[in-house]
Amino acid sequence: MSSLLHLFVLIPLAGFIISLFIPKKQESLISWTVFGIVGLHFIGSVGFFILWMLCGHPTLNLKDIALYSTDNYEFLVDFYFDKITAVYLFVGAFLTFLVTVYSRRYLHREPGYKRFFNTILLFYFGYNITIFSGNFETLFIGWEILGICSFLLIAFYRDRYLPVKNAYKVFSVYRIGDVGLILAMWASHHLWHENITFLKLSNAELVHEHLSSHSLIGVFISLMILIAAAAKSAQLPFSSWLPRAMEGPTPSSAIFYGSLSVHIGVFLLLRTFPFWENQISVRILIVILGLLTSVVATLTARVQSTIKSQIAYSSVAQIGLIFIEVAIGFEKFALFHFAGNAFLRTYQLLVSPSSVSYLIREQFYNFVPRKQTIENSLPRKIQNSIYMLSVKEWNLDSFMNRVLWTPLNRAGKKLDFLTIKRLLLFFIPTYMIGLFVLYRHLPMPAEVHEYLPTIFSLIGLITVLKAFSERKNVVMSWIMIIMNHFWMALAISFNEDFTYNQVYLYLSGVVVAGIVGYLCVRRLKRLEGSIDLNQFYGHSYEHPKIAFVFLLSCLGLTGFPITPTFIGEDVIFTHIHEDQAVLALFTSLSFIVDGIALVRIYARVFLGPHVKTYHETAYRSS
Amino acid sequence: MKTQSSFIDQQETLGTYADKPISFNEHQVLHELKHFLPAQAPLKDFIHHNTLHAFQNLKFETATHHASKIFGYKTSLSLEEFRKLYATKKIRKDILEKIITERKCKESIAEWIEKLTTKSYDTINQPRIGLLRYNWKKAYHIDLDLTIQPILFRILCSYLDQGISMWNFPIEYKGFLSSIKELERNSFTSFFKTERVKNLLLHGDCEISSLLKIIVGDESLYKQYLFDQQFAHQGWAGMVSTVEDQPQTLLNTKKISLHDIIVFELLLEIDTLDHKFGAIWAPLSTRIEKQPVDIFADVAKTELSEVMAIWQNAYEWTYYNEVLASIKLASNDTKNKKASASFQAMFCIDDRECSIRRYLEEIDPTCETFGTPGFFGVEFFYQPENGKFYTKLCPAPITPKYLIKELGHKEKRKTDVHFTKHTHSLLRGWLISQTLGFWSAFRLLLTIFRPKESPTMVSSFQHMDPASTLTIENKNTSDIENDLQIGFTIEEMANRVEGLLKGIGLVKDFTPIVYLVGHGASSVNNTYYAGYDCGACSGRPGSVNSRVMSFMANHAEVRKTLSTRGLVIPTETQFVGGLHDTTRDEIAFYDENILSEKNKEHHRKNQTTFAKGLDFNAKERSRRFESINTKLSPKKIHDKIKTRSVSLFEPRPEYNHATNTLCIIGRRSVTKSLFLDRRAFMNSYDYTIDPEGKLLFGIMKPIGPVCGGINLEYFFSRVDNQKLGAGTKLPHNVMGLFGVANGTDGDLRPGLPSQMIEVHDPIRLLVIVEHFPEVVLQTIQKLPEMYEWFVNDWVHLVAMNPKTKVFYLIKDGTFSVYEPLTEHINKLNNTMQLVETSQENLPVYEIN
Repeated sequence: MSSLLHLFVLIPLAGFIISLFIPKKQESLISWTVFGIVGLHFIGSVGFFILWMLCGHPTLNLKDIALYSTDNYEFLVDFYFDKITAVYLFVGAFLTFLVTVYSRRYLHREPGYKRFFNTILLFYFGYNITIFSGNFETLFIGWEILGICSFLLIAFYRDRYLPVKNAYKVFSVYRIGDVGLILAMWASHHLWHENITFLKLSNAELVHEHLSSHSLIGVFISLMILIAAAAKSAQLPFSSWLPRAMEGPTPSSAIFYGSLSVHIGVFLLLRTFPFWENQISVRILIVILGLLTSVVATLTARVQSTIKSQIAYSSVAQIGLIFIEVAIGFEKFALFHFAGNAFLRTYQLLVSPSSVSYLIREQFYNFVPRKQTIENSLPRKIQNSIYMLSVKEWNLDSFMNRVLWTPLNRAGKKLDFLTIKRLLLFFIPTYMIGLFVLYRHLPMPAEVHEYLPTIFSLIGLITVLKAFSERKNVVMSWIMIIMNHFWMALAISFNEDFTYNQVYLYLSGVVVAGIVGYLCVRRLKRLEGSIDLNQFYGHSYEHPKIAFVFLLSCLGLTGFPITPTFIGEDVIFTHIHEDQAVLALFTSLSFIVDGIALVRIYARVFLGPHVKTYHETAYRSS
Repeated sequence: MKTQSSFIDQQETLGTYADKPISFNEHQVLHELKHFLPAQAPLKDFIHHNTLHAFQNLKFETATHHASKIFGYKTSLSLEEFRKLYATKKIRKDILEKIITERKCKESIAEWIEKLTTKSYDTINQPRIGLLRYNWKKAYHIDLDLTIQPILFRILCSYLDQGISMWNFPIEYKGFLSSIKELERNSFTSFFKTERVKNLLLHGDCEISSLLKIIVGDESLYKQYLFDQQFAHQGWAGMVSTVEDQPQTLLNTKKISLHDIIVFELLLEIDTLDHKFGAIWAPLSTRIEKQPVDIFADVAKTELSEVMAIWQNAYEWTYYNEVLASIKLASNDTKNKKASASFQAMFCIDDRECSIRRYLEEIDPTCETFGTPGFFGVEFFYQPENGKFYTKLCPAPITPKYLIKELGHKEKRKTDVHFTKHTHSLLRGWLISQTLGFWSAFRLLLTIFRPKESPTMVSSFQHMDPASTLTIENKNTSDIENDLQIGFTIEEMANRVEGLLKGIGLVKDFTPIVYLVGHGASSVNNTYYAGYDCGACSGRPGSVNSRVMSFMANHAEVRKTLSTRGLVIPTETQFVGGLHDTTRDEIAFYDENILSEKNKEHHRKNQTTFAKGLDFNAKERSRRFESINTKLSPKKIHDKIKTRSVSLFEPRPEYNHATNTLCIIGRRSVTKSLFLDRRAFMNSYDYTIDPEGKLLFGIMKPIGPVCGGINLEYFFSRVDNQKLGAGTKLPHNVMGLFGVANGTDGDLRPGLPSQMIEVHDPIRLLVIVEHFPEVVLQTIQKLPEMYEWFVNDWVHLVAMNPKTKVFYLIKDGTFSVYEPLTEHINKLNNTMQLVETSQENLPVYEIN
C-alpha cells in the first residue's frame, strides 16, 4: 500500500510535464488534460482513502530514493501518510478538481490560459509533495514549489504593475518563512545527527530523550517552524500579504489564498506537533500568536470595504483559531476546522462578483441608515482609534516594509561606493588567495582560520546585498549573486574539512544557471538596447521565451529543486556547526536576499507594464 | 494636390479647451477636471455613454487624436490590425480608394495606399498627462503614488462603501473632509505620519491653492499638477466626481466632492514628503529642469493620424456600403397582409431584439413587429413592495413625476447565507466555517456540475411579481408621495398611449392582440448586470413599463379620449405586456387573465410562435459561444443557453450589445427581408404620418446619447481595453458595491471588460432614417446638443428617400447622394444553416 503513495506525487508531475508541451492555442486539449489528471488524482485519492480506512488507517512511511548520500549525510525523499495527510489530500484534491473544472470555462479566451493551467498543475505537484512528505527535506521541496507558484499566479497578469509588485512582496515574505524552515532543518540535523523522518518524530520517548539534553536547540527549532508556518498562513506579523495576493483570476485566488496554500502553515504545525508537544512555552506562544492574529484580523475584516480583502482577513482570523486548536492539542478539531474554512472561503471567493447584485438587493429591501454595531458602545475616541487602525491594517504592511525593505535598502545604499571595478579589483584577488590557501592546505594560525568562514560569508552577504540594491547594471547584479554562492562555498570549505564533491554539487547548478542567465540578459540587451533595474520593462511581452529561460536560470540560481544546488545548499548547511550562530545567520540572510534579488531582476526586466507603448498598456494604478 | 505640408494648415486649435492659465482659478479647474474624468456611475446604475464625452465638441477624428496625445488612450485599432483587415479583404480596396479620393485627390491614391499599407511609422505614444508629476521620481527619487494611493483608496472606499464592511465609517454625514477632520481630532492615532499636516488639517489653511503653494510652488503649474494627480487614479477620481453630482446613484447616499479628495490627497503628499525629507524641502517647481508641455496645448496633426483616420473610415464604409447596397437591392415587396395580420408585437429598439423579430415574422408571416424604446413612453419611479427606495424606469436623463407601487407581492426573496456578515465575525465564523463550510463544498460541487437558479443570480423576472397589482391609475391628483404623483390620470395615460402608437406608426389595422415586450437579462457572478438590462429603463428590466403601458392602452376611458383625437382602437383589440429575457431567451406575459375568450385562443396560438422563435433565437445566438455546439437542434441549444445563464463560471452569459453598428429608423419594410446579424437598433417610424418630422424629433433626440453612447462605449473599450475599458474581469474585486478594481488596492476600472467587447468591431454607429433628407437635416438641427453628435461625426447619418430609395449622406450640415459601390446582394434560404457556419460577423443577406 505504501508504494501507492508515489502515484499521488507522480500523477500531477506527469500532468505538469505533459501540459508544458501542448500548444498554447489548444484550449480544450489543455483543459481536458488538466481535467483528466486532476480528476484521476481525485478519484485515486478517494479510492485510496477508502482502502486505507478498510486497512484500519495505519500510518504509512515510504523511504524513497536517496537523492544524495555521503557517510554522514543523506538527502532522502521520504513519503508519509496519516490522517493529517488524508484530510489535506481529500480537501486539496476536491477543491483543485472543482476549481480546475470551474476555470476551464472561466478562463476561456484569456491570454495565458496555458500558463494558468501549467502553474496550477505545478502547484498541485508541490502541494502533494508537501502533504505527503515524510521528512523536512522532502517537505522543503514542496514548500519551495508552492512559493514560486504563488509568485507566478499572483503575477499572472504580468503586464500590470500591481500584480507584479504584490507578487514580489508576497514572495519576499515567503522567503522569510523558507529561511525559518532551513534553519529548523539545520538545527534539527545537529540535534538528531540525521535527517529525521516525521515517523520518528512521532515517537514521543525518542523526542523526549533528545530534547531533555538540548532544550535550547529544541526551542530554536520550534520557533523557526513557527516563523515558517506563520509566514505561510498569514499570521501576525505577516498577515497583510494575504489580501494583496488576490491579484490573479478569481478561481486561483480562491484555491490558493482562500484555501490550500494559506493552510499549509497549519499543516506544518500539525506535522511537527509531536516535536513541540512538550515545550509548553512554545505552545503558549502559538496560542498567543493565534489569538492576537484572530483579534487583529477580525477587526480588520470588519472595516474592509472590498469583498476579497474581507474574505482574506476573515480567513486569517479563522486560521488564527486553528493555530490555537493545534497548540492546545485538538488535532482532529483543527483538521475539521481547516476543511470547513477552506471550503467556505473558496466558495465565497468564487461567488464574490455576485455580491454586488445580492447585497444591493438586500440593501434595497432592508436598508437601515446607520446600523449600530458593537463598537458603538465604546468611548468615541477609542472607537475612532480602533477604526482608523483597522483601516490601516494595524500598520502591518508598513511594519513589514520597515523590518524588511527599509533595512535592506539602507544597507544596499551604503554599498553604493562599490562600483563594479572596485568590486572585481578587491574580491577576485581575495577570492583567489582564499582558494589557493584552501587547495594547497597552507597552514595558518588557528585563530585566523576560525574567523575566516564568518568573514567570507559576510563578504558573500555583502555581494548579494549589492546585487539587491543595484539600480543600473543588470549583469553586475547577476554576477554579484553568482559570486555570493562562491563566497558561501568558500566560507563553508574553510569551516570544515569535507570532500570537494559536495562543493561541486552545490556550485554545479550555480554555474550552469549563472551562464544561461547571463546569456539571456546579453541576448535581450542586444535586441532591446539598454536595460536597468530602476523600473519595470515588461519585456516578456515581446520575448516570452527568453523570459521563460531566464526564469528557469533564476530558479536554478536560487536553489530551487531543479538543479543539484538545491541539495547542495542543504548539504552546505549541515557543515555549519550548531555553535556557529553568526555563520548560520549570515548564510541564511544571504539565502533570503539572494532569492529576493533574483526575483527582483526577473520582475524588473521581464514583468510589469511594457516600456514600449505601441499597444494597449494599463495604468500603473490599476 | 494636398501634400504633407498642408497638415499644418489643417491644424485645429484647441480653442475649446481653456487657455493656459497664469493664475489659478480653483472653481474653473475643478469644473474642467470633472468634465474630463470618467463619468461612469456606480455599478447598479451602469449606463452606457460615450467614453470620450469630454471631447464631443470636436470632430471625431480630431477628438480621438487629441485624446490619444493628451491622455495616452489608444483610440483606434492599431496600424497592424488595419493592415491585416485590408490583407484579408475586410477593408475593400475600392472603398479605400474612394475615401482617399475624397480626402486627398485621385492622383495621390497610389502614394497614400503605399503609406497606409507598407510605410513604417513610430507608433509609440508618449502622452502629456503625468509629465509634471513624473519629476517627483526624477528629481526627488520618491514614488508618491506608491505610498499614498493604497491608503487613499482604502479610506475612500470605506467612506463610500454601500454594504460590504460590517463596521461603517464612523462619521460621514458631514462630508468627507469634515469626517476625516473629526476622526483626526478625536483619536489616538492618525492617517498621517507627521505633525505638520495634522495641524494643517485641524487648524490651518486647507485651501487647494495654499497646499499647492507648498507642494508645487509655481502657480502656473497648479492646474497641470491637479490633472496629473487625479488622472493617476482616474477611476476613483471619476467615481467621486459622479457621486458628487448624482448622489442618488448610491442608495446609501454619501456627501463627498472632488475638492475634498484633492485636499486630502495633497495633505497626504505633504505628509509623505515631510516624512522623507523632514519639514524642509523645496516645492516641485524649483527642481524642474524643463517645463513640461502644457497638456492642453495645441496637438498637431501628423501623417500617422491621417493614415489612421483613413483606415478607420475605409473600415467603416466597407461595412456601411454593404448594408446600404443590401437595403437598396432587397426586394421588399410587402404584400398587403395587414388585413389578416395575426398579431402585432412591440419590442425595444435594442439590437438584441433584432433577431427575435425576424424569427417571429418568419414563423408567422402574418404577424407584424415594431421597435420602440423599451420604456414604452411611460416614465415613472417604481417601488416594489417592501422596497425602501424608488427605482427610476425611464431613460436616465428624464426625471419622472410619477410613482408606481407594487402591491400584493407574493414571491419570497430567497437568501444565501454565504453573503451574510456573520461568516466574517470571529466566533460565529468559527461555528459557520465548521458547519456551513461543508455545505459550501456540496454547493460548489452542485453549481459546477448542475448549475441551476439560485439566490446568487440576477433574474430579470424577479423585478416584479406578475401576480402583484400596480398603482397605475390615479383617481385623485392629491395622491402624492415625496413630490411624486401616484399613478397617471386618464388624460396623462391617453397622451402616452397616443405618443407611443403614433411614434411607431401603428394607428390603424390593429390586431386582436398587441404585445408589448420589454426586455431584461439574467446572469450570475456578473458585476455588470445593470448594463445588460434595458438602457431605456435606466438599466432595469422593462417588465413594469410594458405592463403599465398595456394597462393604459386597455383602459376604456383612455380609449374614449383617444378616439376623440382620431385614434380608434377597436374594442376587441387587447394589449398584453411581456418581458423578454435576452440571456435565457424566455418571454413572460403579464395579466393574461384579462383577455377575452377569443383572444385567449389567439394568445395560445401566438405563444407557440413565440416559443419556437425563442428556440431559433437561442440557436442563432449560440454561434458566438464556444461552449455550445451550434449544430444541435434549437431546443437542445436553448436548454444549454438557459444553463449558461445560471453558471457561476460563465463570464459571458450573453454578448449584450457587442457588434452593434446600425440604427435604422423607419418602417419595417426597409429591413424586413434582411439578415442584419443582430447588429441594428431598430426604431419603427412611419414618415407618412409625420411628413414634417415632428415625431421624428422625439425619436432622433435620444439616438445620440443612447444608441451612440452604447456604440462608442463598446468602440473605445474595444480599442483600448486597458485604459478606456476595464481589462479582463477575471481578477476583478468588488469595491464597496459601487465599482470594481483589480486586486485589493487598485484603481477603479470604469468601462467594459474584455469579455464584453472581444467580438465587437470598432465601427461607429450608422443611423439610417427613412425620410426626405431635408426633413432629417432640419430635425437634427433643432437642438444643438443633438446636432453635435451628427455634425462632429460621432455617429454617421444617412437619410433614405422613401420614394426613390436614394441614400443621402448627411455630413457637415449638408447632404449628398451616396451611391453604393456594390451591385449584388447575398441571398439566403435558411438562417439556421447560415448560423452554423461561422462564429464571426456575418455579411448582410436577403432572406428568400
